[in-house]
Amino acid sequence: MNEELFQKMAQSVLDGDSDAAIALAKQAIEAGIDPLEAITQGYVNGVNQVGQSFASGEAFLPELVMAGEAMKAAVSTLEPEMQKRGVKRTMLGKVVLATVEGDIHEIGKSLVGTMLSASGFQVYDLGVDVPASKIIAKVQEVDADIVGLSALLTTTMVKQREVIIELDKLGLRRKVKVMVGGAPVTRDWVQKIEADGTSEDAIGAVGVAKSLVGAA
Amino acid sequence: MTAIQPRLELLTYDLIARILDEAFQLMQKPGIKVQSVEAGDLLVKAGATAEGDVVRIPEKIIRKALDTVPAEFHLYDRDGNPKVHYGGNSVHFDPGSSGVHVLDPETLEHKTSYAPDLVRLVKVAEMLPQYDAQSTAIVCNEVPKAIGDLYRLYIVLLFSKKPIVTGSFSLQTLDIMFDMLAIFSGSRKALSDKPQAVFDVCPSPPLIWSDFGAGNLIDLARARIPAELISMPLAGAAAPVTLLGSVVQHAAESLSGIAIHQLANPGAPIVWGGAPAIFDMRHGTTPMGAIETAMIDAAYAQVGKSLNLPTHAYLGASDAKIVDAQAGLESGVSALVGALAGINMISGAGMLDFLACQSPEKLVVDAEGIAMAQRLLAGIEVRTETLATALFEGINFKGDFLKQRITRELFSKEQYLPSGVIDRESIRGWQASGSLDTFARAKIRTDELLAAYKRPDYAPEQVHELQKMVENLAHKTGMDTLPSLE
Repeated sequence: MNEELFQKMAQSVLDGDSDAAIALAKQAIEAGIDPLEAITQGYVNGVNQVGQSFASGEAFLPELVMAGEAMKAAVSTLEPEMQKRGVKRTMLGKVVLATVEGDIHEIGKSLVGTMLSASGFQVYDLGVDVPASKIIAKVQEVDADIVGLSALLTTTMVKQREVIIELDKLGLRRKVKVMVGGAPVTRDWVQKIEADGTSEDAIGAVGVAKSLVGAA
Repeated sequence: MTAIQPRLELLTYDLIARILDEAFQLMQKPGIKVQSVEAGDLLVKAGATAEGDVVRIPEKIIRKALDTVPAEFHLYDRDGNPKVHYGGNSVHFDPGSSGVHVLDPETLEHKTSYAPDLVRLVKVAEMLPQYDAQSTAIVCNEVPKAIGDLYRLYIVLLFSKKPIVTGSFSLQTLDIMFDMLAIFSGSRKALSDKPQAVFDVCPSPPLIWSDFGAGNLIDLARARIPAELISMPLAGAAAPVTLLGSVVQHAAESLSGIAIHQLANPGAPIVWGGAPAIFDMRHGTTPMGAIETAMIDAAYAQVGKSLNLPTHAYLGASDAKIVDAQAGLESGVSALVGALAGINMISGAGMLDFLACQSPEKLVVDAEGIAMAQRLLAGIEVRTETLATALFEGINFKGDFLKQRITRELFSKEQYLPSGVIDRESIRGWQASGSLDTFARAKIRTDELLAAYKRPDYAPEQVHELQKMVENLAHKTGMDTLPSLE
């Protein structure tokens, strides 16, 4: 019985159908199904499948993003029920995400945010053109495990290093892992600024983030 | 809402009239050399005058023939579904045919072609949706010439269900090839009702119909199996140096062919096709990738369309010797010219070295250029109620269009999604995948297609009947067994 519902949940994510995802979440609440189970045994499977299809070239970015959105919609529908039951979703980690100061490129960073949150990370997306001080304040505030820094320009890429240096000064560098991304970022650059990881695309970023928090 | 189909027209209305007028003049003076007695008799009976084998054909014979030629017809697949529309501005592509070499993807040698090479080509073309038809793409050199043509057809029939662009090497084998096709149609009558193949027939430039060519026309007309005229003016050598002069010669050769064909059987289907080229004045070669070659094609196709005839041309081929940048640009540019000219069947994909060498890997690359041409032909369509304003709802100056349902629904209609042959990775992604060039990627894709290929699901008795037929014919030419296909 629940199996069937879980499968529909996964399918709603695969279809990128937020309305269906929400309707199924409400159905689960009414039926008294554990909201955590709905997430882990239902929706998450959809996210994983889309991720695999994307990695193998069968799915494309719109499918990926819509799946992430459907997942998000489902989780926020289930949220009140989780609070009522006093249960919390075990998150894989907390990620502070931003496009660095002077850079307004958003799409890649948002994609990473969508996929990380769909995959079970708590994501704090600070948006674009974010100064290092603001990023670090957020890292401290939420006790982040990972900070993700996006830059699309070679001229703004240097800000990624600036954030790392600031984290170091405050003695936070050991505690928080740094992921960098964006078109100009190379493996050489990652090594040079002593970041912890990078990825070619949003699906790859999920894998890197998981391994950085020891969840892979 | 329907999109505008982009069109390339190189000739004014007045110029088309002049081309036809001069073609009619050429058919009177010097006339057409018709080396088939039967074809000559048909023309003379209809009112032409003959002096030896030179026949002067008056305009009224041609006009009458043009009245009875069908403006359109379909080619069917082995299951009887219409797959190719000859007529109007429909555009289809098929691999180039009759290569004598294949490009060895490892050594880059141009090797003599054998039956297993044809099998490989047919399989790859079968897997690529860009090719609406197959062709008898190469000569199988281990097979005696006497059955070389039907043997190619045999292989294509065994491994493909798509319609076939083919041709015969002799008048005797043509009839056998009809029988081979009829196995899958059910009968000769069913075959002519729903033809699965079109047969190329070539006049000899300048202004000659050989005994074989004209005989082919007559036999095809009587069998009511579609014929495809392949006039080959060679501008500057076997035809006038001007592009227009060559177009006039093409018209005279083709119109006289149509007259013979329609006199043999009025109403039989025939295609206004060709394989012209300019003559390279430095090397004495016949460049198929030259832009002027494509211009002659586009121009004669326009003449054919003015006469309401189905059209064909040889484009999408290259004169390069390997699958390199020249191969890509010549094939892509000329395929695009043919597509924009609205030519019904464009043959030539896969071909290198002046149509001498076929390559499955090039077929795979060419499919991407063809897909781009097809996307261009599909044009820009209105797919949403408002063009943009409604799509901006909730966007609030953010690049969030990826999150819109409509993006997911429409992206694969708006965009042609290329195969891995086309590199659109970031530099890092490209490096991580091995820093491969187009040819290397094409080799991988070719292997993937061959691995995914499945043979047609024919009734075993059909395959058996076909094999028996070909085995018997092979015995008569002194072959004990049919060559291996793997």
